[in-house]
Amino acid sequence: MIAIIDYGAGNIKSLQSALSRLDIPSLLTTSKNEIEKADAIILPGVGAFAEAMKQLEKLGLVSLLKSEASKNKPFLGICLGMQMLYETSDEGGECPGLGLFKGKVRLIPDIVKVPHMGWNDLQIKQNVPLLNGIREGSHVYFVHAYFAAEGDTENLVADTAYGVRIPAVVQQGNVFGIQFHPEKSGSIGLQILKNFGELIS
Amino acid sequence: MTLTKRIIPCLDVDKGRVVKGRKFKDLQDVANPITLAKKYDEAGADELVFYDITASNEARDIFVDMVEKVAAEISIPFTVGGGLRTVNDIQKVLRAGADKVSINSAAVKNPQLISDAAAKFGRQCVVLAIDAKQIANSWHVFINGGRVDTGLDAITWAQKAEKLGAGEIVVNAIDTDGEKNGYNLDLNRAIADVVNIPIVASGGAGSMQHFAEALLGGKADAALAASVFHYEEIDIHALKAFLRQQDIPIREVTANEF
Repeated sequence: MIAIIDYGAGNIKSLQSALSRLDIPSLLTTSKNEIEKADAIILPGVGAFAEAMKQLEKLGLVSLLKSEASKNKPFLGICLGMQMLYETSDEGGECPGLGLFKGKVRLIPDIVKVPHMGWNDLQIKQNVPLLNGIREGSHVYFVHAYFAAEGDTENLVADTAYGVRIPAVVQQGNVFGIQFHPEKSGSIGLQILKNFGELIS
Repeated sequence: MTLTKRIIPCLDVDKGRVVKGRKFKDLQDVANPITLAKKYDEAGADELVFYDITASNEARDIFVDMVEKVAAEISIPFTVGGGLRTVNDIQKVLRAGADKVSINSAAVKNPQLISDAAAKFGRQCVVLAIDAKQIANSWHVFINGGRVDTGLDAITWAQKAEKLGAGEIVVNAIDTDGEKNGYNLDLNRAIADVVNIPIVASGGAGSMQHFAEALLGGKADAALAASVFHYEEIDIHALKAFLRQQDIPIREVTANEF
């Protein structure tokens, strides 16, 4: 069972229906008990960073998510959920994140149109189980204005080019971040979610 | 490589059915929105737009129900618009499964709706639709389904909306809408030149060449169309192959195994 953290902002229904099409059981929850019992956690993400962190704090989930992530339980942050894995974000004033990954989230420089919106191609840097069956250059759907600007390069699994190099998939142990929306990226995205489901022991 | 240009079928929905009109009038029933959405997803559409053209409140529930069904069936992003007046209205359709919302008349009447929605949901999901029509030497913003001239300059409004937090602008040219003689490239370019957010060209697609013009000379990041897709005058596969031949970056679609 995957616990999808339901902190109130954005579209999470699509994520849940994508998982159910793959026969991966999931539930939307904010219950500490359910999150602790779950085999894996997805921190989804459409929304604004400061608002989302405020919601997590209000729900009393910040320290719980940190401790769950340290238990080697598969933990996936998607889009804003990936950004929240980092130390801070510039979105909504410098705002602290969960700090699971080193680095800062910054606005995409305006040498390109911001937000980065649409299908862009993956440049794969490391072959990891999460990207099993995914070809170099596969198109996936991005919708974001901020990105993980200063992260550890050893965590970088795949990136894409949009004015700058945008980390697209990051991994540190069993904690994963995906900047694009796998639930909106057609069969490529579904394959990635399926791969994540297979990490659950 | 680079960010690809998007092809976006637009579905106008009235009481749960897709309809199509010319210049916002003479509506005709076309299809079931979910069947059509799945078909476009499989054909390689990069995104979809559902526009609720129903005015009544009871029909609004039918529409939200449809949004939920669409979200369960397709795995590409979609935008929902029509009749969204408050942050609450927006939250309702996002919770139902929409990825972005398109606001139009309500933003003209209350520009703060753009900033409030951007602060709460992130600016990437706030799309401003501008219905514009040429009046003398400028383009005016029209509201209420193209019926009311606000006198507002479309270019100025686009710039203001970007500052307020709009993440994308759909430029809908009333003059060319439904005529199938091509997008309004001048209007599109005029807006693309003054903002730094994605621009979606809308209104007037009749041939594959029109899409290429919008994405090249019209400086659009995406091109939206309705009837040419609904009536199968243009096949999305063939359109994307045509655009690729002109060196326009276009997403390749792999067969959906799920």
